[in-house]
Amino acid sequence: MTRWLAVTAAHAGVTMQDRGRPGLLASGVSRGGAADPLALDEAAALLGQPVTEAIEMAAQGGRFHVDGGAAVVALTGAPMRAEIAGARLAWPGTHRLPEGATLSVGPATAGTYGYLALDGGIAAEPLLGARSAHLAAGIGGPLAAGDRLPLGEGRGAQAGLTLDADDRFSGGVLRLLPSAQTDAFPSEQIARLESETFTKDRRANRQGARLVPEGAGFAAEGGLSVTSEAIVPGDIQIVGGGGGADGQPFVLLAECQTTGGYPRIATVISADLPRVAQAPPGAAFRLRFVTLAEALAARRAARDHGALSRAIRPLVRDPADIPDLLGYRLIDGVTSGHDPDPAADPDQDQDPDPDPDPDPDDGGPT
Amino acid sequence: MALRALFIALTEGEGRGMDAPRHPRLRRLGEEAVIVEFAPALTDAANRAALAFRAAVEAAAWDGVAETSVTLKSALVRFDPDRLPHAEIEARLSDLLAARDWQGAELPPGRTLWHIPAAFGGAAGPQLAEVADLVGAPEAALLEELAAHRLRVLTIGFAPGQPYLGRLPHRWDIPRQSGLTPRVPRGAVVTAIRQIVLFTVETQTGWRQIGLSAFEGFRPGAGRPFPLSVGDEVAFEPVTAEALARWQARAREGELAARSEAIA
Repeated sequence: MTRWLAVTAAHAGVTMQDRGRPGLLASGVSRGGAADPLALDEAAALLGQPVTEAIEMAAQGGRFHVDGGAAVVALTGAPMRAEIAGARLAWPGTHRLPEGATLSVGPATAGTYGYLALDGGIAAEPLLGARSAHLAAGIGGPLAAGDRLPLGEGRGAQAGLTLDADDRFSGGVLRLLPSAQTDAFPSEQIARLESETFTKDRRANRQGARLVPEGAGFAAEGGLSVTSEAIVPGDIQIVGGGGGADGQPFVLLAECQTTGGYPRIATVISADLPRVAQAPPGAAFRLRFVTLAEALAARRAARDHGALSRAIRPLVRDPADIPDLLGYRLIDGVTSGHDPDPAADPDQDQDPDPDPDPDPDDGGPT
Repeated sequence: MALRALFIALTEGEGRGMDAPRHPRLRRLGEEAVIVEFAPALTDAANRAALAFRAAVEAAAWDGVAETSVTLKSALVRFDPDRLPHAEIEARLSDLLAARDWQGAELPPGRTLWHIPAAFGGAAGPQLAEVADLVGAPEAALLEELAAHRLRVLTIGFAPGQPYLGRLPHRWDIPRQSGLTPRVPRGAVVTAIRQIVLFTVETQTGWRQIGLSAFEGFRPGAGRPFPLSVGDEVAFEPVTAEALARWQARAREGELAARSEAIA
């Protein structure tokens, strides 16, 4: 019997996502897919399955249930308030969702994009080789109340697991590579790129995020007439470029266009892009150039799924403590004394930027 | 400092006030793409070279190449840097570049000419008057000039199936606007820098909208989702708003709002 995920309520920005549609650049389709692909990796590790589809929820969630059988759900990405039948759920974590029981997912408590994955994955009909909604391209669309998505065959995923999520939910350092027009910017501006603090603007979506500089805007020479050229996710476009309030950096994300004519001052490395997507409005970023070797090493580390699998551990906690525990862990990797395995924090050494923000709820999207 | 050295290596000879950069040249985009750029700005020869070079990379079928595409003046190669390191792919691309005169490449065979009806000015082209001002010519003269030109699909990009068409005569060399128009509809005919873009999605843009067509360059459910190919040609046929409405109705029925013929 086919199991179905039924959507009974959904805020704007709730979409089905997967790893997108690589290979269509020549037809003008950017890869798209999850704004935070690491969350898909985490879901796959938690479920112990190569699950590649999930429901992506931008700051606000929705209500869901499963018909035709029970499911094991994995909640990953930005932590959100979630409950099944009134019981609060640990995030990240796997949980059993009995047939017909309501899973309600509320606002994010940190970061922006939360993910709901299910054992067996989502078996909706692919379009152009993938199941993800590509809103900018008009492929698929947001999910809404009444939508029903078929699930794949469940394969013995285990409820009650968690892992220590890499903290990418509150800004931090973004590592940069030079981009196609980096040399067209005055060296004073390149220096400012590395010395100023940038604030993530409210104007952010799956296509990109604006970073507001402390001071003046940036401008390349001849900026308005750069010939349109291929762009890649991570590229930092300078839109307008007339100086002043114009000329703010705009970081392109998963659903960016494939070409663009605005000059690009740098490219955020792929390993740090989830950090851009996940930061809530108001989060602070510092930018610094790195070598290609460093970028590639970070890329390999980010794709090391084995490390994620080794980080899986049982979730044994008093549910009443869970929200606080989540908050602490997201801040600095410290776990509470209730934790059955206080030594387990495999991400600690890899985290390039311990979050300086002491307040877990500060800056959360509203 | 290693970072500064890298930056200098990548920008050597290209600084402002120095000699014009040599082309063709390779440039890295992010961690897994290299573009082979044939000119500093769009030229017909550079676009043809990019088209031919991309075809040659495809034909080489190197292990580790993920995909290729063509932009206005460049060929793009995306690859897996763990299987095909940057030094290796860049050496191969350099060798291929040296193998022939790419700027002299012919356009490929099997191209299509598309006749696309579009309404211009008024609600269909709210910025036609502004463009006429910038160009310094009457609107009617501009439209006559546009209709008389066969434009080539120079690249497909920005949005699915969306063609960049060119090039128009020199006087159409107007910059993008400094701000963005918040929303132009699907089918919008927009212009800047001697090019026309025929929008396939509703989007914001820095280009100015002079007309509207019912042509869908991206048809997600269709057997052929992307009707246009790079190298195809397009001739716009100015029609009245009423005629456009009829084309829009036919497009809603699934018809492609254009006539096509093979280019001999």
